[in-house]
Amino acid sequence: MATNTVFSEIKNSGLGFWAVLGFFGLMTLVGAGAFYYMHHHGHHVTGMNNQIVWGMPHVFAIFLIVAASGAANVATVGTVFGKKIYQPLGRLSAFLAAALLVGGLIVLLLDLGSIGHVIEMAYGYINFKSIFAWNIILYSGFIAILAVYLWTMMDRSKVAKKFYKPTGTINMFWRFMLTMGTGSIFGFLVARQYYDAAILAPLFIVASYVYGTAIYTLVLMATFKMTGRELGDAVLNRLRYTLAIFIALVLFLELVRHLTNIYATEHHGVESFILNGGPFSNLFWYGQIVFGSLVPMFLVWCTFLRNNRTALVVAAILAIMGGFAQIYVILIGGQSYPLVLFPNSETSSTFSDGVYNAYSATLPEYLLGIGGVGLALCVLIIGMKIFRLLPTTLADASVDPHHSS
Amino acid sequence: MSKINSYRRNFLSGLAGTAAAVTVAPGIFLREVQAKPADEPISDKVRWGMLIDVNKLTDGGDACIAACKKEHGWGDEEHSNDLQDAQWIRKVKVTEKMTGKTVSLPVMCQHCETAPCVDVCPTGASMKRADGIVQVNKHICIGCRYCMMACPYKARSFVHETLVDQRPGTPRGKGTVESCNMCVNRVDEGKNPACVDAAPQAMLFGDLNDENSQISKVLKQYGGTQIRADLGLNTGVRYWGI
Repeated sequence: MATNTVFSEIKNSGLGFWAVLGFFGLMTLVGAGAFYYMHHHGHHVTGMNNQIVWGMPHVFAIFLIVAASGAANVATVGTVFGKKIYQPLGRLSAFLAAALLVGGLIVLLLDLGSIGHVIEMAYGYINFKSIFAWNIILYSGFIAILAVYLWTMMDRSKVAKKFYKPTGTINMFWRFMLTMGTGSIFGFLVARQYYDAAILAPLFIVASYVYGTAIYTLVLMATFKMTGRELGDAVLNRLRYTLAIFIALVLFLELVRHLTNIYATEHHGVESFILNGGPFSNLFWYGQIVFGSLVPMFLVWCTFLRNNRTALVVAAILAIMGGFAQIYVILIGGQSYPLVLFPNSETSSTFSDGVYNAYSATLPEYLLGIGGVGLALCVLIIGMKIFRLLPTTLADASVDPHHSS
Repeated sequence: MSKINSYRRNFLSGLAGTAAAVTVAPGIFLREVQAKPADEPISDKVRWGMLIDVNKLTDGGDACIAACKKEHGWGDEEHSNDLQDAQWIRKVKVTEKMTGKTVSLPVMCQHCETAPCVDVCPTGASMKRADGIVQVNKHICIGCRYCMMACPYKARSFVHETLVDQRPGTPRGKGTVESCNMCVNRVDEGKNPACVDAAPQAMLFGDLNDENSQISKVLKQYGGTQIRADLGLNTGVRYWGI
């Protein structure tokens, strides 16, 4: 870890700080209200039903959880691969990961039908054949590892320093498992046409880098601007190219996934539904592929836009929206395509057999998800206020003495 | 007479005999489904199963569905919309694309031997009893709906609202998942599931592990089709005529 980096809390508690914290706090409160409304009335006030059983809250939750894993990647590169330029970014990376995870998990938890029964799990039986049960361990373990990791980075007595690299390595492998575990929620649903592919696990890993890097970049730029710290191009360019490379990898795995599916006759129906003229096709092609992937890659790699911060901000925002579209298409699109009980036959029933299932989220669902985002950002801001997460400067000269501008 | 017709005739006469036995001497026939003393644990020596002859279901299963609804009280939730209402059993019309052959059949929980819903449930609420009946323990179901995602038969429903006046033998509750439980409440009392009693001419219930049971005998002789047999789930519900 770079020894000459000086970290500090957010010192200025002016109106701007409280306005930002208040805004995200309000988002959190609105989310809490949405939870109360849904919990009190039951899920009939949502757009979810017996066909689309996981809806908008799950899109938010999965996005945040996957993004959490990716946000910690910045710290990993500094620790495990010894890249010094990333080391001053590590504290924020680990803390942001924890904050996003908390936000995502709370949405997942608050959407449960019988949240009171969760308490029973603490002293009851846990079925370890369930990927969900694995994820409970993986998620809570991740928080614990991040806490130790932050300690190894922040301990002023230097006692913890010897644990810095081992913890970073454990954190990296844990993140692999965590993101694969999240992808595997879908990867092992044998009967669902759009989900029964183990490639979803590695796809979620690379997607996590995209979401996490994009969010990290925006958080870093916003906080440095608002706290008057200097942020040089050297750091930003690392993040910029990381973002673009992982977008390219996501596209590669998506290509492999869809080509494999298209090869198998039994998946022609669902692939045609998603890619060609179904209700999710525009979201897939324009949301995820064009505006969520190709445009951000162009904004990063176009030589005219080198060192252009506005282009980076737009690229990161588009990558986040593209990632959201990706999760939406996988989650809702996959459920929307009917289960095939009788191949080569047409089916109909009073229970939506043989028909495409429509879904439109209701306001409380959006608000619950937005509440999770608000909570993650509240945790982050409070963390930055009380812990020394942010380097006082990331000017080019301080992070890379050999940098020539 | 073709082989198939011979099968049909045999099955028909078998069922006619079964129906007659139920009518004439219910005490003798009901040894198929013996009442279990309440303090006795469920035994894995038994595996309950069901055989449905779709050709004999002239209504496609409407009577079964009505009986199930009456027994368990699902489907008329006050606030839920049609897509949110519970359906433990439904009539599915299947038309083969090339031949145009159409059949209607009741589809419900198939009581898989290796049930995907049991595998994915984090709390063990989605469980298989020792006697093969798959059901949900409402007391520990957290309402995550992962089992609904995993079920290849779309057999499960989620309760989207607060319920009142539930049937005494069928605990249901807001925010939990539910499905056909083969009428455990009736089976444990030595009765048939409600749907079987509603369509005795077409449905047979019994112990698949007992080679002398009526259902085992006819299945051994004529087989029984599983829906999505390719998944290898070894379902407890078998069909003829699909």
